Amino acid sequence: MSDIFLLIALPYTALIVMLVGSVYVYGTQAYKVTSLSTQFLESRELFFGGLFMHWGIVALFIGHLIAFLFPSAVIAWGGNPVRLIVLEVTALIFGISFFTGVIILIYRRMRNKRLHRATTDMDIVVFIVLLAQAVTGMWIALTYKWGSAWFAAVLTPYLRSLFLLSPDLAAVSAMPIIVKLHISTAFVLIGLIPFSRFMHFLVFPVKYFWRPFQVVIWNRNRKLMRNSKAIMPEVKSKNS
Amino acid sequence: MDIRSQIAMVFHLDKCIGCHTCSIACKNIWTDRKGAEYMWWNNVETKPGTGYPNKWEDQSVYKGGWIKSGDSVQLKGMDRKSTMANLFHNPHMPLMDDYYEPWTYDYANLFEAPAGDDQPTARPISLVTGEPMDIKTGPNWDDDLGGSPDYARQDVNMHDLTPAEREAMFQLERMTMFYLPRICNHCLNAACVAACPSGAIYKRGEDGIVLINQNKCRSWRMCVTACPYKKSYYNWNNGKSEKCLLCYPRLETGQAPACMHTCVGRIRYLGVLLYDADRIKEIASCDEKELVAKQMDIYLDPFDELVQQAARENGVADSTLESASKSPVWKFVKEWGIALPLHPEYRTMPNLFYVPPLLPAIADTSGGTYETTSASLWGGIESSRVPMQYMANLFTAGDTMKIREVLKKLMAVRIHRRGVTVGDLNEDECKQAFAETGLDADMADAIFRLTSLPKFNERFVIPDAHREEATELLENTADIKGNTGFGTINTPQRI
Repeated sequence: MSDIFLLIALPYTALIVMLVGSVYVYGTQAYKVTSLSTQFLESRELFFGGLFMHWGIVALFIGHLIAFLFPSAVIAWGGNPVRLIVLEVTALIFGISFFTGVIILIYRRMRNKRLHRATTDMDIVVFIVLLAQAVTGMWIALTYKWGSAWFAAVLTPYLRSLFLLSPDLAAVSAMPIIVKLHISTAFVLIGLIPFSRFMHFLVFPVKYFWRPFQVVIWNRNRKLMRNSKAIMPEVKSKNS
Repeated sequence: MDIRSQIAMVFHLDKCIGCHTCSIACKNIWTDRKGAEYMWWNNVETKPGTGYPNKWEDQSVYKGGWIKSGDSVQLKGMDRKSTMANLFHNPHMPLMDDYYEPWTYDYANLFEAPAGDDQPTARPISLVTGEPMDIKTGPNWDDDLGGSPDYARQDVNMHDLTPAEREAMFQLERMTMFYLPRICNHCLNAACVAACPSGAIYKRGEDGIVLINQNKCRSWRMCVTACPYKKSYYNWNNGKSEKCLLCYPRLETGQAPACMHTCVGRIRYLGVLLYDADRIKEIASCDEKELVAKQMDIYLDPFDELVQQAARENGVADSTLESASKSPVWKFVKEWGIALPLHPEYRTMPNLFYVPPLLPAIADTSGGTYETTSASLWGGIESSRVPMQYMANLFTAGDTMKIREVLKKLMAVRIHRRGVTVGDLNEDECKQAFAETGLDADMADAIFRLTSLPKFNERFVIPDAHREEATELLENTADIKGNTGFGTINTPQRI
């Protein structure tokens, strides 16, 4: 029963909330969409915490995504013990980076009085979720080795079945509870996106790579207005 | 040619009395909010001094503005790739302690303290943490050369002065100061616009005001680094950058910006300049020596019929063209050539120009009298208490010839007016002053009039904003008719 809640109900709810909520918040309350940087109040500890956490989570997210999208390639890569170890150690390093980053950031928030005022209740929730994710992730990495191999065999079919709308718990239900917790906190994180600062990774400014440096916006278009037909083509001018 | 209009400004530094009324007017209207307490969209600095934030002109630390790179320019701080790589932590961002921690006082204690042996005091309370704090620094901590070893002597603009010149600036008999009021320059080649990863900062086409779209700002805070004048401020409370908006709601209704309207010394002028947007890149990336002269070239003569024609074709309103022809900024900057941009070497092409101050001359104290008169015509300028190089570093990217030229013109006006009103000067002296500066009596009288006796409508020639023609009003109003208002307004709110 709890499997059905943690591994089916929760993921679907989270995904729907994320999709509908993000579109709604972006469309109607764009003002809320920000990364709420606190660098202005404290910079040095953010440098370590922020970089460890961000690069860690970015790498881990991409890693999980690759294992989900190309399971056979990951298994094939892990066929050679040396390559398997390299892969596992790399993943572990990013895991440690993420874990350390989260710890530094939490410590920083607790220690610095200025940051107390810039911390909302939702920020505390965000930290709890990130910490839970980091702890369960590290636990799995250290106690259930060769994750890159069994992820593809066990979790990929489950995730795929979720996205194909026919959830299949056959393989995943045999997993230890810690893995199930890791999966469900991941979906909690996804579900929190519209309500928290997590929203900022949906608006990663890729456009900056190619947009022109100067941005000019016109309130009115007098060139168009000189020819009123151009503005409302369907409306016929009475004096032309 | 791509002719656009720009609302530009002139601040006459000889008239600034350093009263900070402008700063207060601005603060009361715009930045009296949580997270914005430390922001001074308008501030007045004492020069020599380090300004706000501390030593903002030191671009080796703050990395603001542009640098020349081949035929083009690039942001001094970070290019596109490193901007993106540094989103998680901006390595060149000024922090709260580079400004100051805002505070209030515990006034209630004055009334509510229990009876005791000591007079109750109002302790300073931090507006960030809400706890008692020790004030280390605050707004205008260096006002009127206060704390000079820490401030005035650290002034970045003294970098190529000789040690003797530097020392002379701080000897009691010789020292002087002047005020430098600063707001956003609404630059033609704005670095903040270029640095914003979200593209939230933009220049308005009609009047050139640079604004930050608060709905698009995502708190990447690159504008704070990129603006060499440090006029983009980060609001730590709501995670948005904010800056001077030239009081556009006032401008659109025909009122002068609050800082200008309240100016006690009446030092501020505002009007339209026409410019050719096609030349921005070429001029922003020219040699440092040519920067001032070339920037002056980009502004076009509003009386030239070809310019008017091209402007009309480009959609500039007739009313704007009329404003441009009456613009006091045009007169100061182009017709008379006595106003200069602040730090043109940052290559942002600022649209706020300063008439440099004619400072007191170094006095001769030998013989027991305090003698400031000089035998030579330009003696007062040559022996100015602030070295010419210092002024040049502020206004002409180090070109002392250019600043001398402007100061001579200002002096020529004084000589001429003294001749007119007091009549104790040799007429040849006046003629020589005119001959050397290219002024004539009419021009000198016009400069005198607009400097000393301008009416409100001569100081501020505000073009019609034509909001009635704004694009949103040209959309099909039937879609909105009968609904509740013109859209829903969400109260700005943090997550």
